[in-house]
Amino acid sequence: MHTSHAENEANYLKYKGKYKGLLGWILSTDHKRIGLLYLYSIATMFSVGALLGLAMKFELLAPGKTIMDAQTYNATFTVHGVIMIFMIVIPGLPAVFGNFLLPIMLGAKDVAFPKLNLLSWWLYVAGVFLVLSALLFGPGTPDTGWTFYAPYSFKTGTNLLPAVFGAFVLGFSSILTGLNFLVTIHRLRCPGLKWTKLPLFVWTIYGTAWIQLLATPVVGITLVLIALERIFGVGVFDPALGGDPILYQHLFWIYSHPAVYIMILPAMGAISEIIPTFSQKHIFGYKAIIASTMAIAFVGWLVWGHHMYTAGMSGTAQYYFSLLTFIVAIPSAIKVFNWISTLYKGSINVQTPFYWAISFIFVFMIGGLSGLVLGSLATNIYVHDTAFVVAHFHYIVFGGTGFSFFAAMHYWFPKIFGRMYDKAWANIGWLVFFIGFLALYSPMFYLGMMGMPRRYYDYLEEFHGGNILSTFGSWIMVTGLIIIITNLVRSARRGPKAEMNPWHGKTLEWTVTSPPPLENFDEIPVIAEDDGPYNYK
Amino acid sequence: MNLSVMSNEKHHIVPYRLYIIILLALLVLTFSSIGITSIELGKFTVAGALLFAVIKSYLVLVYFMHLKYDKPYIKLMVAFVFAVFVVTIVITFLDYLYR
Repeated sequence: MHTSHAENEANYLKYKGKYKGLLGWILSTDHKRIGLLYLYSIATMFSVGALLGLAMKFELLAPGKTIMDAQTYNATFTVHGVIMIFMIVIPGLPAVFGNFLLPIMLGAKDVAFPKLNLLSWWLYVAGVFLVLSALLFGPGTPDTGWTFYAPYSFKTGTNLLPAVFGAFVLGFSSILTGLNFLVTIHRLRCPGLKWTKLPLFVWTIYGTAWIQLLATPVVGITLVLIALERIFGVGVFDPALGGDPILYQHLFWIYSHPAVYIMILPAMGAISEIIPTFSQKHIFGYKAIIASTMAIAFVGWLVWGHHMYTAGMSGTAQYYFSLLTFIVAIPSAIKVFNWISTLYKGSINVQTPFYWAISFIFVFMIGGLSGLVLGSLATNIYVHDTAFVVAHFHYIVFGGTGFSFFAAMHYWFPKIFGRMYDKAWANIGWLVFFIGFLALYSPMFYLGMMGMPRRYYDYLEEFHGGNILSTFGSWIMVTGLIIIITNLVRSARRGPKAEMNPWHGKTLEWTVTSPPPLENFDEIPVIAEDDGPYNYK
Repeated sequence: MNLSVMSNEKHHIVPYRLYIIILLALLVLTFSSIGITSIELGKFTVAGALLFAVIKSYLVLVYFMHLKYDKPYIKLMVAFVFAVFVVTIVITFLDYLYR
């Protein structure tokens, strides 16, 4: 059966262009298809990373060796970290939802540089394969941790170079995506869409894009220096040759701390879209949230040293970094207060995305407040390199980015796939996941405060109880994950057809069909003077 | 697409003479930055090298990358990036100078 030209382009999922089948996807420059390519790639790597995490928790079920020895445990947490950080949470929301939604939210037909966008995905895939090659070939899986700290990173006998090079290539993917989004936001806004009318998700993508563009080259150069140390022994970081290993930590965290904001800013953006939609109320403090977004992007750049309090840095620098770390908490808190204030007197519609958004605020608050314990000099020394840090980190990075990712997935799922998921199973999945998450990570706060160090495959008998609870939590959480993913995968193919605007949202993506047509809009929309992204009457 | 908007933008024609002058200036500055290493400047050696690098970058940005003819907001963005870079260096030195 032949479809007409108009029908062909009426649905980006069914569009048949120059290439067919798989090639029609992996060579497509359509921003929506590229968003889905990222989604599938990230989901695949997430399942690998999650299995490694599960294996680690299983090892910690009992003291001593349970299923793996110390070296395997070191390699497992390294690969878990590299996969989860560089392949999932950093590309995460910007690459998937940013790609899919940004042009539609701006009233544009695509991003500014569609081919560059496709190149970014290919670079991502190349980076993934390079890192995976480090696991499968060579003298042994890298065991440095995802931070590749000097001097161990150029002393270890494991196959580190492909992993470092892979992270370098992944960085290029991130830079190009950031550049593309910046130009798109500046150049392709539809008529009438002023900066003060942009959806907050777009603003967070904007802040993120700046960080991607400016901070990622720093880690790129740093990783090249690690390679040069290993191959030529240039001596920049090697104390035996007059180098400074703390310089490595500075350079690494100049990128990797802002990278936390690459993860969390778009996560906050998604929550800022979901809360007003499910409250059917204008977001409280729109401009304050924008200011907070940009303040987080800027101040977050300047606090990297709080990862290095015990590294041997000067006392003056420590005071400075501690002060700014406390300051960066303020814009984050402003956002939380604004979300809560938006709920006040709203017509709250309790649906799955709303559950995810509210639980995001809950875990993000715990993660954020425990971050202040780590930002304070005295308490940091006490809990440094303990399970407390692992708990804080996962509350922020997995609790923050992960919960928001699932919130966004359940919110925009009907738009992306044109079908609705089973809401009852989605709610059950959320509840099981949430309980599992709390059971998995909360005991680590206690264990850390009691002195259990992180990155050890063994522990003292006194930490056994907390670890049992934590391991049980990991099983509950994975059960939740299986429910959620099964429901979404099944619904993407067989779910009931979704309406154009099932949640009664006000941003531009809800004005196009579900799923959107190939070039999003037949005619570029014009935003009226009195219109805006959160105009709920 | 904003093709009509793009085509309305002004394109500056820069005479070759200016490009050649800048190229020569860059070459002179490059040789000067090498030459200065033969002079004993003590702790200002790095500062000297950085000064030459800054001047060269400025010339490339302003003339070869047409920053001089760009809109003010583009200039502001580049200035902001440099400010972030300077702040990053200063903060890093809070460690090195007081360690």
